Amino acid sequence: MTTRIAEIWVGLFVACGLAALLMLALKVSNLSSYSSEHGYDITAYFEDISGLKVRSAVTMSGVRIGRVKDIQFDKKRLSALVTMEIEGEYNTLPDDSSASIYTAGLLGEKYIGLEPGAGSNDCEEISLNDSGEIIIDETANKDCKPSVLQQGSELKLTQDSLVLEKLIGQFISKFIDDKGDDNKGSDSNKDAKK
Amino acid sequence: MIDFIQSLGHKGLEFFQRLGRGHILIFDVLKGLPALFIRPSLIIQQVFSVGVLSLIIIIVSGFFVGMVMGLQGYNTLVDFGAEESLGVMVALSLVRELGPVVTALLFAGRAGSALTAEIGLMKATEQLSAMEMMAVDPVHRVLSPRFLAGFISMPLLAAMFSAVGVLGGFFVGVGLLGVDDGAYWSQMQASVDFYDDIYNGVIKSLVFGFVVTWIAVFEGYDAIPTSEGVSRATTRTVVHSSLAVLGLDFILTALMFN
Repeated sequence: MTTRIAEIWVGLFVACGLAALLMLALKVSNLSSYSSEHGYDITAYFEDISGLKVRSAVTMSGVRIGRVKDIQFDKKRLSALVTMEIEGEYNTLPDDSSASIYTAGLLGEKYIGLEPGAGSNDCEEISLNDSGEIIIDETANKDCKPSVLQQGSELKLTQDSLVLEKLIGQFISKFIDDKGDDNKGSDSNKDAKK
Repeated sequence: MIDFIQSLGHKGLEFFQRLGRGHILIFDVLKGLPALFIRPSLIIQQVFSVGVLSLIIIIVSGFFVGMVMGLQGYNTLVDFGAEESLGVMVALSLVRELGPVVTALLFAGRAGSALTAEIGLMKATEQLSAMEMMAVDPVHRVLSPRFLAGFISMPLLAAMFSAVGVLGGFFVGVGLLGVDDGAYWSQMQASVDFYDDIYNGVIKSLVFGFVVTWIAVFEGYDAIPTSEGVSRATTRTVVHSSLAVLGLDFILTALMFN
């Protein structure tokens, strides 16, 4: 009888331990946001990605639609090649979308924000009618599909990560330049007075 | 003077002898593990006395550690207006450090000392010699199931400690101090990575479980078979395994999170 109770307790103990692990995995960590469905990879070149990490978020309109999969340095182009994995369900992104690196909050993590473009295939037919009105015919080319991002597409339009030091440096140099100009101006005034 | 040097050398040799004995013993214990799967009742009995009986102290201390973290973290973070990050702070410090380390320390005090005392007394009352007389290997029959039980229980206890601690932090932070409910969980989920944090925490607790039970089992088996010897062995178990846990924690942290 005592062994039976001991066995029940041990069973409960192991179950509780595994449940605690499960809770840590699902409720505490980001495991639940790993997508089981495989998405497609797109790439983009950035001049400066400082702060961006593998597994950083890729968002569009603030909604996370993927993650940074890989970051490499391209020796030929001398810039950073970022591979992003976009979740499979978001398969209608126009192929001329642009990617920018933003910061979440003031000191937060870097993430990539995508902004949709119009799509490089023009499906609308625009014409002028006799009275000078512009007519946009969206139904002219029924077979035409807007070109979308696919596995291996490259985003051409990118905007780099903002580095605070660079920004401050620019500001200071501009400030000094302005001051220099002022001095010159006052010098010329003095000359004029003389 | 000569006596002093002689005693120093003696101490040194003794130290290395004990170290060697400990490693030979652990190989012997590991050799006895496969045979245990034929008789799982032995393991279940030990998991009960090592793991289940440590449950209460682990859960209660986990809850209180979580509550203290919530309180302390809130008081610090509220100065920066960042009290929403309370969940991150509580979860990361529990999962990465406090969960495995405090559990291992408590485990050494609660289960390790009991193991040493039990095995030491078996030796002192010559039960182990009696087993040898019956051609039963006491290392395989007595030590291996206890070792395996400690190795299994430790990560489970550490996981429970962390989970209960997170709930304790939630109770104080959200329930009493008024941190936003959603921010507590969502910021936590955004910052705690499964592989970097939780997986490494589990590995840490596995290593600690191995070391603590190893030391406990060895000290018991190596105890001088008198009541004084057993009491000294028990003390040594708690001291040595606590030191080993803290030292290993530094090494593991440096390897995992640099």
